[in-house]
Amino acid sequence: MHAEEKMTLEKWPASPEKQTLEAKNKFLGFWLFLGGETVLFASLFATYLALKDKVPGPDHALAKDLFEIPLAFLMTMILLTSSLTSVYAMYHMKNFEFKKMQLWLGITVILGFGFLALEIYEFYHYVHHYGHTFTSSAFGSAFYTLVGFHGAHVAFGLAWIITLMVRNAKRGLSLYNAPKFYVASLYWHFIDVVWVFIFSVVYLMGMVG
Amino acid sequence: MSTYAQKKGFGATVWDYLTTVDHKKIAVLYLIAGGFFFVVGGLEAMFIRIQLAVPNSDFVSAGMYNQILTMHGTTMIFLAAMPLLFGFMNAIMPLQIGARDVAFPFINALGFWLFFFGGVFLNLSWFLGGAPDAGWTSYASLSLASEGHGIDFYLLGLQISGAGTLMGGINFLVTIINMRAPGMTYMRMPLFTWTTFVASALILFAFPPLTVGIFLLMFDRLFGSNFFVTAAGGNTIIWEHLFWIFGHPEVYILVLPAFGIFSEIIPVFSRKRLFGYSSMVFATVLIGFLGFMVWAHHMFTVGLGPIANAIFAVATMAIAVPTGIKIFNWLFTMWGGSIKFTTPMYYAVAFIPSFLMGGVTGVMLASAAADYQYHDTYFVVAHFHYVIVGGVVFAILAGTAFYWPKMFGTMLNETLGKITFWLFFIGFHLTFFIQHFLGLWGMPRRIFTFLEGQGLETGNFVSTVGAFFMAAATVVLVINIIITTVKNEKVGNDPWGDGRTLEWAIPSPPPFYNFKQLPLVRGLDPLWIEKMEGKKGMTPAEPLGDIHMPNASFIPFVISFGLFVAAFGAMYRLDYGWGLPVLIIGLLITFGSMFLRSVKDDHGFHIHKEELIDEDDKGVKA
Ligand code: HEM
Ligand SMILES: [Cu+2]
Repeated sequence: MHAEEKMTLEKWPASPEKQTLEAKNKFLGFWLFLGGETVLFASLFATYLALKDKVPGPDHALAKDLFEIPLAFLMTMILLTSSLTSVYAMYHMKNFEFKKMQLWLGITVILGFGFLALEIYEFYHYVHHYGHTFTSSAFGSAFYTLVGFHGAHVAFGLAWIITLMVRNAKRGLSLYNAPKFYVASLYWHFIDVVWVFIFSVVYLMGMVG
Repeated sequence: MSTYAQKKGFGATVWDYLTTVDHKKIAVLYLIAGGFFFVVGGLEAMFIRIQLAVPNSDFVSAGMYNQILTMHGTTMIFLAAMPLLFGFMNAIMPLQIGARDVAFPFINALGFWLFFFGGVFLNLSWFLGGAPDAGWTSYASLSLASEGHGIDFYLLGLQISGAGTLMGGINFLVTIINMRAPGMTYMRMPLFTWTTFVASALILFAFPPLTVGIFLLMFDRLFGSNFFVTAAGGNTIIWEHLFWIFGHPEVYILVLPAFGIFSEIIPVFSRKRLFGYSSMVFATVLIGFLGFMVWAHHMFTVGLGPIANAIFAVATMAIAVPTGIKIFNWLFTMWGGSIKFTTPMYYAVAFIPSFLMGGVTGVMLASAAADYQYHDTYFVVAHFHYVIVGGVVFAILAGTAFYWPKMFGTMLNETLGKITFWLFFIGFHLTFFIQHFLGLWGMPRRIFTFLEGQGLETGNFVSTVGAFFMAAATVVLVINIIITTVKNEKVGNDPWGDGRTLEWAIPSPPPFYNFKQLPLVRGLDPLWIEKMEGKKGMTPAEPLGDIHMPNASFIPFVISFGLFVAAFGAMYRLDYGWGLPVLIIGLLITFGSMFLRSVKDDHGFHIHKEELIDEDDKGVKA
């Protein structure tokens, strides 16, 4: 089966993301890459836990002073929802409904931007109200690095999905671009899972001290 | 694509290599760049040994010594040993599994260029204010105190080249999982492929901690963070953990492929199948797994406490078991074989006792209590050079002789090869054997000179003499390569005459699509099986058909170049106004070309059946 071939609903296979050898390679390679990313975040989490609340003096804010559950919860909900909407998008991809896929991807992107906006607000708040900055303490360095790395992943994921949507807007689905959409959505889920850990380890554990 | 065989001008050849995505050409690039850095690292080693030849020497200053020492270790590990092994993996592994290319040819090229630009960046430090001087381990307490930009060169250079290594690892994993020829089951894969597989898995899980560690140190040095600044709550031990969680698997990333090379050479020249194939595979996987459990044996004297030390000591000693299995299997392979003593076989035979000695001192070092005595002395230097030179460098030299005909279609001279071997073998033991005793007599590691009358003179002098033997060996090797290349006497598919695996079933060097028809693999050592049944080559598994190949691309080079530019910007940002713009321009080049790559479709091209038949008519001479 040729990847470039023009597709119709009748010809569209059950797993369009895994039809060609290139697609299978991409699929597996991306899973492995996510394995490496997992170790990367694990290292950042370990560093964070080692440096949590390690500040130079008593006047520095600690985790229990900083974090507020409502904001973190709202961010979690937005990101989880965006994972769900990306599942819808993939559902429509598998059913060869290009327009609907684009629509749900668009919603995913909007939610992603919402998350990023809240994160920027959050950082701004810590810096201006608590003097908790990247350079103020080891705790600050570790916090902004862990959460910021995640934020950078979100930003990269958004740029990626938008590029795919724009690039393929006029030509619809094919076996060539289906794996690209699929892999991007995998990445999006991964970001979401990492956030769940950040929510638990940084925010929830931060609240209990 | 018949233009392929025609003679090309120099410019066209350079352009071909700058844009190639062919694993065999990328292998050549790795060999050239890795060989170059090996010579650089070797010269640095010579400077170290000249400085230490006599007491109170002032050949180099103390500060300069630190730079040379740091660059020697860093260059040898990251820019010489690993890339040279990557060269063999690229050249041979796809052929061994009967594949036409790797899974991600584009990423493969990108991986090479990232390594290359990272290495060049690191070495430019010599000309731009001084090299890094905190040791190849770059412990944070030292590196944060180091002035100038040396450490920044280390951090940014390794970050770039490390990204390349990670991509290479993923590419090899997917290639081995997805691209095997019909019948090539996992338990029929040659051991070099198996060790490539496990080493790649180690790369995948070991490099991210290094990436993180480097980021943290970079943030501390260049962006004012406090990860390792104790006064602000930081903790330098975090660096040590991250570094060694990477660092110990790294030594297996180096030595497993070396084991793989010897596991290919020994059966070929013993003319006997590898003894205990499945236990070899099992041992490889087990070593890879245990390799992640032992990192704190580098930190016994840090003060982690007796329980932690005991656990890591026992785990470390456990690795001796699978390694011992391998040693016995190699011996039993030779046992009763009809052995041919070629240059590669010389190295293989010499490797076993040499590496074994490194293993024995390894178990000694693993006893945490005793390590307080050995730690940071020349005993450790002797230990790791016995495993790294006696294992990895011997394997690289053996692999060079063994695979040269497959890669370049012509045999290296055997007499010169054996001269290289003897010089290197004698020089190696002269240099490093005595260092065990220097260490036990109290000579500390990473010291730029020593005093008279402490009983260290003779040992150090002997060691330096040995180093000159190894330098001479390298010169003979280079002469050998030049002579061989000039003569260029062509050889056939199976120049050693006793090849067992698929790479020896196709022309040397292979055509760019490797296999005209994918071979049918009927068991372990597939070519040997066919030979035993009186056949000349492999039975094809498919009819002759069109072959799909990837397009060449300049983008990998540009992506890597962008990061190279950005690294300068990041480093000089605080010193000069142009730093920030250069950082941004560099990143724009990188991300711009990545963007270009993703919006521009690249479907590759097809070689048509007729062209393949054409080439048949022209004969193998082409
Ligand atoms: C072949 C000739 C070689 C010679 C003569 C040589 C010699 C030396 C010497 C004298 C030191 C200094 C020890 C100290 O003061 O602590 C050293 C360190 C080191 N060497 Fe080599 N070496 C050679 C090859 C290699 C190779 C092939 C590798 C790795 C693939 C390697 C890896 C290292 C490392 C990692 C260090 C430690 C650097 C540090 O302490 O930061 N060496 N070598
Ligand atoms: Cu170790």
